[in-house]
Amino acid sequence: MRELSLHLLDIAENSISAGASRIVISVREDLEADELWLEVSDNGKGMSPEMVQHVIDPFVTSRTTRKVGLGIPLFKQAAEACNGFFNINSKPGVGTKVTAMFQHSHIDRMPLGNLEDTILGLILGTPQVNWVFEYQYNDQSYTFDDTDFKEALGDLPLSDFRVIEFLTNTIKNGIDQTKHITTEKGVVYANH
Amino acid sequence: MPTIKSLDDLKRLREEAQKVKELRDQTGKTQIVVGMGTVGIAAGARETLKAILTYIEDHHLPDIILRQTGNIGLGGQDPVVQVTLPGADMVTYGKVSPSMAAKIMEEHVVKGNVVREFQIEA
Repeated sequence: MRELSLHLLDIAENSISAGASRIVISVREDLEADELWLEVSDNGKGMSPEMVQHVIDPFVTSRTTRKVGLGIPLFKQAAEACNGFFNINSKPGVGTKVTAMFQHSHIDRMPLGNLEDTILGLILGTPQVNWVFEYQYNDQSYTFDDTDFKEALGDLPLSDFRVIEFLTNTIKNGIDQTKHITTEKGVVYANH
Repeated sequence: MPTIKSLDDLKRLREEAQKVKELRDQTGKTQIVVGMGTVGIAAGARETLKAILTYIEDHHLPDIILRQTGNIGLGGQDPVVQVTLPGADMVTYGKVSPSMAAKIMEEHVVKGNVVREFQIEA
């Protein structure tokens, strides 16, 4: 993966596969603490502690019955290589929360990348899920919960070109403005 | 067509759309599925999906059902895109770059001609 937002997309795909009906994606950039937090939490079927161990390190555990990809180990490795950490908190029948923290200024930290296209693809591609996207930049935050959006939409298809345009602009502006407000206060940080 | 700026605009648009809905239901819809497993994402599936969205947006295409799914299970062929026109069999395309996606949209989805050179056995 070339971008952290692609890792977020990959983790979110796991949540969809776990049958989640509500998925919260949270990105927090705290430049003062020099931390970047990424979190995906869902209300999917959850995992047992053994399964969590297996998805984190598929080569160590002996279990071979379930096919597990390398998305999670790679994400974990990326966080740990940047003075951060990676954690999975999961409970069968309740859901899963995946958390990764990176040193924001670390030289090896991948760029966040195209967050808006990531969120856009998830919302438009999986209408059955209630998506919540939270973006925090220092003390400013932005939340997009697609509940109101979907209610306003009614029978109108998500793939309507005007709907795509609306959603693209809404999310992009939300992220841009959150960053902009922080800068306007006179606190200018190196932008990664 | 004015740009939608608020949820109220969206509600008005919904009412307009309701009027043409009956007609739409008769003509059927084209379904497009993009495989978004780990390998697909690493191979550029997000950009491929975005290219399809951009094409729909730019060309004002109606009646498309766009879905993403996990790993489609065609090793080494990612990003995979599957197109099903109303009443036709599903066609699977492999290693679909954003520019290939635009061509598939133009030739297959709009004109109805399968792009054989990008097609793979599924």
